[in-house]
Amino acid sequence: MILNGLSARLALLRRSRTVAMVGASNKTTRPSYFVFSYLRTHRVLEVTPINPALAEIDGIKAFPTLTAYAAERGAPDIVDVFRKPSEAAAVAREAVAVGAKAIWFQYGVIDPEAIRIADEGGLDVVVDRCIKVESARFDGGLSVGGFNSGLVTARRFRPLESEPMGRHAR
Amino acid sequence: MEDRRFGFRTRAVHAGTPPDPATGARAQPLYLSTSFVFDSAEHAAELFSLRTYGNIYSRIGNPTVSAFEERMASLEGGLGGIATASGLAAQLVAILSLAQTGDHFVASANLYGGTVTQFTVTLRRMGIACTLAPGGAPADIAQAIRPETKAVFVETIGNPAGNIADIEALAAVAHRHGVPLIVDNTFASPALCRPIEWGADIVVHSATKYIGGHGTVIGGVLVESGAFPWGAGKHPLLAQPSPGYHDMNFVETFGEYAYLMRARAEVLRDVGACLSPMNAWLMLQGLETLAVRMPVHVENARTVARFLQGRDEVAWVSFAELESSPYRALSAKYLPDGPGSIFTFGLRGGGEAGRAFIEALELWSHLANVGDAKSLVIHPASTTHQQLSEEEMRASGVTPEMVRVSVGLEDAADLLWDLDRALHAAASQTLVTEGKP
Repeated sequence: MILNGLSARLALLRRSRTVAMVGASNKTTRPSYFVFSYLRTHRVLEVTPINPALAEIDGIKAFPTLTAYAAERGAPDIVDVFRKPSEAAAVAREAVAVGAKAIWFQYGVIDPEAIRIADEGGLDVVVDRCIKVESARFDGGLSVGGFNSGLVTARRFRPLESEPMGRHAR
Repeated sequence: MEDRRFGFRTRAVHAGTPPDPATGARAQPLYLSTSFVFDSAEHAAELFSLRTYGNIYSRIGNPTVSAFEERMASLEGGLGGIATASGLAAQLVAILSLAQTGDHFVASANLYGGTVTQFTVTLRRMGIACTLAPGGAPADIAQAIRPETKAVFVETIGNPAGNIADIEALAAVAHRHGVPLIVDNTFASPALCRPIEWGADIVVHSATKYIGGHGTVIGGVLVESGAFPWGAGKHPLLAQPSPGYHDMNFVETFGEYAYLMRARAEVLRDVGACLSPMNAWLMLQGLETLAVRMPVHVENARTVARFLQGRDEVAWVSFAELESSPYRALSAKYLPDGPGSIFTFGLRGGGEAGRAFIEALELWSHLANVGDAKSLVIHPASTTHQQLSEEEMRASGVTPEMVRVSVGLEDAADLLWDLDRALHAAASQTLVTEGKP
């Protein structure tokens, strides 16, 4: 199912634990490294790099393929896609094959064929969004930066927070 | 939970200020702390390299200030906000975040006098040229755009001429040339006009005015839409390796967040014109009642404008809703709930009568501010715009007989009582003056 709207993305992040990041880079100015590093240090989601050219990033073991990841760790909750749109369909096919629950196409990774494959394969699908930005939206990170989170609430804890102190303390 | 698009008044009260996670405090706490501890060395490194969000030092960000920024971004319909020490600082950060020495931008000539000098004196000294386009209509602006132009700047309601910007058409002109439209929305406030909804890319405010609303503290804010294509080629400042951040390319790394990230992490950081948390806290209080105050400001302004129009001592009234205004159609389009409460009128007796009028007022405060709960009055030619050359003064719409009012929230009858007294005084003063040989 293609997920549109804040609440659907929040529900996905809440029910997910593992993220396999296809195309994670160890180059520190690359967007994928920013997202990887954010997810790794925030520990809300357990992120693993999928990149055949790397053995690890910042001490986190990398797998060459989603298939190799699933063989050792089981199906990931979310496959996060940092690839060219032309390569997205192949990632979607592999995500369906390994039994991933959701696929997240990052900013600009827009390919109708890939979306169709994932959707018809029974995965939840997020398109043209950043998993770091959406996590930050729900745990207060966007607000700290003066960004418009779009959230209005009179409840004490932000949706991705379960206790009052900072996320890093956990 | 379903997605809900909350209304303007709800967001004016709630956006940016959920209950404090640490204490449960329902009102936004005032975080008077210069700096914030790191959880670990790794956390510090992540913060300094912009890979995670968090507070470091209040010159760059502060929890009370960011609550104000988020609320303003929500009310203007933007991606995010950056609060600054003043409205002039907001403009400076907005321009320095997209232009550097050798670059150029175009502004309407109908601008606040302080903005004119910032653009034509201070920014020019820094190597950023500005062309002031007389008239400020879309065709005038288009004519002044050059290859090195990086932005177009206008005021929603020009100060003090009261001209209304054709925001939709101006945005189309700017975008056709690959540059963003920056709109100073101070005189309208987001309660009356939201320029981003009409295609503007950056909105700046002197929050000192209607946003604070009570004439207490100075502050500014800029809001960006997140929709402008900064990577399309016209703005290498954002789309080339940044030496300040290990050659990071802001557009490539932050996508739609590139402009705001750079504006905060490089420009606000280095210019240092941050907003005090105390002032941000007062601005937040002001915003909670903005949507309630503005209709009263507008209604009082309408009453005062009609009153002045009916007086023999008054030569003209420039309130955009009046039938005599050339801006009536633009006002109806962009300001359907009213063109604010700041406008000008001219006394038949000229500059002399203007001074006598102001000196005879009892309830209206003679001072250099606008957008206060209190009614204010000033004679621009001898005050706010006196630093301009005669030519610049004319271009910005200031004439010797012009009086500018900012109509407050008092009882309209009391405001009219005082105006009536002062108009009589001005008229007799003029007669005395004219009677002299």
